[in-house]
Amino acid sequence: MARIELKDLRHSYLPHPQRADDYALKKVDLVWDNGGAYALLGPSGCGKTTLLNIISGLLCPSEGSILFDGVEVNDLSPEQRQIAQVFQFPVVYDTMTVYDNLAFPLRNRHVAEKQVDERVRAVAEMTDLTDMLHSKAAGLTADGKQKISLGRGLVREDVNVIMFDEPLTVIDPHLKWRLRSKLKELHQRVRMTMIYVTHDQTEALTFADRVVVMHDGWVVQQGTPVELFERPRHTFVGHFIGSPGMNLMPCELADGGARVAGHRIALERAITAPRDAARLELGVRPEFVRFVAPDSEGALPVDVVGVRDTGRSRIVETDFAGHKVRALVPEGVAVPGGRTGVSFEPSRTQIYADGWIVE
Amino acid sequence: MSAKSTNQKAWLLVAPVVILVAFNAVIPLMTVVNYSVQETFGDNLFFFEGMKWFEEVLASERFHDSLLRQLQFTFIILAIEVPLGVAIALAMPRKGFWASVCLVLMAMPLLIPWNVVGAMWNIFALPDIGLLGKTLNAMGFDYNFTRQPVAAWVTLIAMDVWHWTSLVVLLSYAGLSAIPDAYYQAARIDGASSWAVFRYIQLPKLKHVLTIAVLLRFMDSFNIYTEPFVLTGGGPGNSTTLLSLDLVKIALGQFDLGPAAAMSLIYFLIILLFSWIFYTVMTRGEDK
Repeated sequence: MARIELKDLRHSYLPHPQRADDYALKKVDLVWDNGGAYALLGPSGCGKTTLLNIISGLLCPSEGSILFDGVEVNDLSPEQRQIAQVFQFPVVYDTMTVYDNLAFPLRNRHVAEKQVDERVRAVAEMTDLTDMLHSKAAGLTADGKQKISLGRGLVREDVNVIMFDEPLTVIDPHLKWRLRSKLKELHQRVRMTMIYVTHDQTEALTFADRVVVMHDGWVVQQGTPVELFERPRHTFVGHFIGSPGMNLMPCELADGGARVAGHRIALERAITAPRDAARLELGVRPEFVRFVAPDSEGALPVDVVGVRDTGRSRIVETDFAGHKVRALVPEGVAVPGGRTGVSFEPSRTQIYADGWIVE
Repeated sequence: MSAKSTNQKAWLLVAPVVILVAFNAVIPLMTVVNYSVQETFGDNLFFFEGMKWFEEVLASERFHDSLLRQLQFTFIILAIEVPLGVAIALAMPRKGFWASVCLVLMAMPLLIPWNVVGAMWNIFALPDIGLLGKTLNAMGFDYNFTRQPVAAWVTLIAMDVWHWTSLVVLLSYAGLSAIPDAYYQAARIDGASSWAVFRYIQLPKLKHVLTIAVLLRFMDSFNIYTEPFVLTGGGPGNSTTLLSLDLVKIALGQFDLGPAAAMSLIYFLIILLFSWIFYTVMTRGEDK
């Protein structure tokens, strides 16, 4: 097992990258601690898989270095790096039995047959494959095959990190939840470093202790699920995580607060914008927008436009001086109609300059 | 009767194909069946003979010999072309300029008319003027495919390998290209050797295209006529007289319509039988 560090990592699929846009990964600095459960979250095409393949050694980065326990491994092959990886689509060796599939990574490394048997049985137990050990892998269903892939990832004890590249894409929704809990449970049992790549925030937030959010080749935030929710460091994190995402509106900063369309909005403390900021935005999550009497102190005048019921709560869409502001109202609380007032909770209202949080 | 309504008009749409197939396949085949049970004389005189020709053909040593030669030829070329084709496909670059160059080069022999292939190899192998024949003789080999049965066989097989290995290559190449990268990546991470990659990933994934390749090569080689006809004409002696060459000799050379028709049908049934056996064996153990 190892602590994995990525230093000044950049990667481009072009032979001679010129502009920032030529890079699929734009300067990544990250540390993955030994034994952690991490999620790598971001939309399709943000560079997640590129980053994963660089860690596993399937890709060589254009610039920067990867360190396992402080030792640079840039030039080491995937075998030498001692990592395991589970892919988006199940990879099974069709002609082998489930048992031989699970034993394959060990046999390739010439592990003694007695140990192989022990490990295969232990892993089959973990992944519910014990009953099928001696059937042909080709005959299994998609989720059975993906369990084999997961099993092959878990079978070696000496791996530095296990990486999962959207492993539950092909799995039925009801099994997804079970396999995910299973993975979480496995992590608690074996305490190996696991990196779980996904574009699904629920998957990321339920699996991981720490989530790394990527956007357009950048790592925009690394933190616990609570940190991502309460203090998104980038507007992308704000609207990508949470359902619905953060309310964002252009603003100015004046006398210790923010101003949006002439209305003063209180902040937790006075903030000065960086001098070269081209665009200032105010962000507040729908969870922290409250309805208040329109004539009360600091109330912002809004018009209620629509209400959407999500089951547990209702999303109220309002119009605030031309900006869309959504508020989350719990079930059983009355939703006002027409013209009313809202207030933003100052401690949860953030200011963003060119997308990045101002502290 | 079921209450499901049947659209009878659909038959109208199928009719053109049925008529076409009737004219180019069913009717000629039935004519052959007709010949095979009759004795033919001049002036269009026919006498019904029943199974006589079939019995005669099946019992004749000549038929046994050419069938044996045919089986030999087919199994030799399959044993060479299939492994060689897969090996070439594995060695070919996957993308880029050279991939296209290789594909075009590989497609070339398939584009050449069959009798031209025969003529090319005939001239190429002539011991006195052909590049191959002359070179071999200059190197001290006593090589003359018009006189030595072994030399004729070697030339015939070399020609077929040259002509048809490309088909196996192209099919295998397509099959290999269809294997997702994830398999290779997973194999690298699992620490698989390149032999293991071939044995457990590439070969199983090629199974379907190889079934097709073997079937096509089997049927085509069993039907082969033009190239050996142009190259050796069945000689020297009868040493390269394959089934189709023999059949043409009987039908057109000797104008024995009855035996030739019976032989054609037996020939056809042999190909059908072997193809069915191949197909059944190679797709055995798969989901229904």
